[in-house]
Amino acid sequence: MRGAEPIVLGIESTAHTFGVGIATTRHILANVNSVYEPKAGGIHPREAAEHHSKVASEVLIHALREAGLSIRDVDAIAVALGPGMGPCLRVGATLARYLAVKYSKPLVPVNHAVAHVEIAKLTTGFRDPLVVYIAGGNTIITTLVEGRYRVFGETLDIPLGNCMDTFAREVGLGYPGTPRVEEKAMGAKSYIELPYVVKGQDLQFSGLLTKALRLVREGARLEDVCYSLIETAYSMLVEVAERALVHTGKREVTLTGGVARSRLLCRKLEAMAKLHEAVFKPVDPEYAGDNGAMIAYTGALAYASGVTMSVEESAVRPMWRLDQVEIPWSRTAKLLRNS
Amino acid sequence: MEERGSGEEGARALTLSAASRLLEDLGAEWISLLGVGAEAVVVRCRWRSFDAVAKYRVPKPYRDERLDSVLRRRRTVLEAKLLIEVKKLGIPAPTLLYVEPELHILLMDFIPGTRLRDVIVRLDKPEEVFRKLGFYTGLMHERGIVHGDLTTSNVVMVNGDAYIIDFGLGAFTNELEEQGVDVHLMLRSLESTHPSLVPPLYSAFMDGYEEARGAEARRAVEEKVVEIRRRGRYVAERRLKARRSAST
Repeated sequence: MRGAEPIVLGIESTAHTFGVGIATTRHILANVNSVYEPKAGGIHPREAAEHHSKVASEVLIHALREAGLSIRDVDAIAVALGPGMGPCLRVGATLARYLAVKYSKPLVPVNHAVAHVEIAKLTTGFRDPLVVYIAGGNTIITTLVEGRYRVFGETLDIPLGNCMDTFAREVGLGYPGTPRVEEKAMGAKSYIELPYVVKGQDLQFSGLLTKALRLVREGARLEDVCYSLIETAYSMLVEVAERALVHTGKREVTLTGGVARSRLLCRKLEAMAKLHEAVFKPVDPEYAGDNGAMIAYTGALAYASGVTMSVEESAVRPMWRLDQVEIPWSRTAKLLRNS
Repeated sequence: MEERGSGEEGARALTLSAASRLLEDLGAEWISLLGVGAEAVVVRCRWRSFDAVAKYRVPKPYRDERLDSVLRRRRTVLEAKLLIEVKKLGIPAPTLLYVEPELHILLMDFIPGTRLRDVIVRLDKPEEVFRKLGFYTGLMHERGIVHGDLTTSNVVMVNGDAYIIDFGLGAFTNELEEQGVDVHLMLRSLESTHPSLVPPLYSAFMDGYEEARGAEARRAVEEKVVEIRRRGRYVAERRLKARRSAST
């Protein structure tokens, strides 16, 4: 490897966001994203993919301009191969292969969930946190154990963000659901008991969603239902995070993913962390939602550890789990710290 | 760092003084603090001539007080019911002495012994202990009870008898997944402390399990355990494959 740090361009297209970022193992050089907004209802994978194809070249050019670089200055092309929606993932993967072949650059596979975790570590300065990763498509509590991000708890049915989005859509609060429901909840007068489902370390939100919708249909005050829904969902989540924190004895807690912008959830996690002598800090809000920078940054970490793939190996992986990914750079970081 | 430390001491001290006041109200005399978990404070105490353990579920500042109270009450009652049902099955476990749902506290008798984890290598017939534990686990599962945290740390040895303690994460359920988690947790706790003993002790455990539930249930649970481990969720033993070393 050359003396200078490698510069990696990363492409994100797992769901509603098409993004291109440029990063080294230390710095973000560019972060340009374009979000597909459905006219009605949830994300339609094919329509989102069409959006991504349309904006791809423009986003790429903007990112290079933002970093003040030409594509020739880039050492490797990283791409989020999963988890995500097949048609969306293929847009990013196709662009990555094209760039890799045309400019003779190595290709680096990046797991989208790992990228959310790594960008949180970069922006909080935490070295070994317990990570709560909450977004429209994911609800995972994880931490690094022996070279992998082990899942200590996760949703068994729908993700928390999805639960909020669906509820908000059905009751006419619009999109995105979490901030709308939280805002409405501020006008609550009473608390209504809803299904609180924590199974061991895992969570279930579908019963909660069904009951909340039924209450609204039956004429309960929307503000009260919003409050009870958000309180119940967040309490379930923080409780599982607390168990994981006590079990692992970690000293840092971070929140990443789109829902990391929630001040309410941050306050609850902070209160929990304090009980156990841990510090809490969420990911920088700019990198909370899906973005290209986190793929570039994680790609840079992976590339610096020698992780690359051939074009033949670059098929998309819609069901790629966080805990299937080896994290070789965690070992390197430890060695450096100990030396 | 200092600021954080004092904040934590504040939270911990508050919790402990609340527990201490509760015990006083119940007429119990504090002997020693056994542990502070994610959910509860566990204290050894003297109560009406019993050598007892008090488990107090602490309030959580991060959730609505009404929800917090409902959860703590419900779980205190659930744990009390589990202790009673397990006793009815004849499984060595703490005896429930007293439960006060509104105060989120329960009292059980103290089991004076040593954690299985710490004495495995000194046991006369470890296979026999694990066969019994497997039998007890099978009995619980057959009755629709799962322990939820079945590890060698939650088994106390008293004169050769194995007592199962801490039903705080237990549940009434017949789900195969949760039965599999019980067996998997026992296996994993063995692996993490006594890897060389795993083959004979795990098979003794499953033999006992089969005695309680039959060969069919044993096979189903064993398959579930394999599946849980393959998911990699709780599994730490899969090592990183040798990566290209960081040369040059």
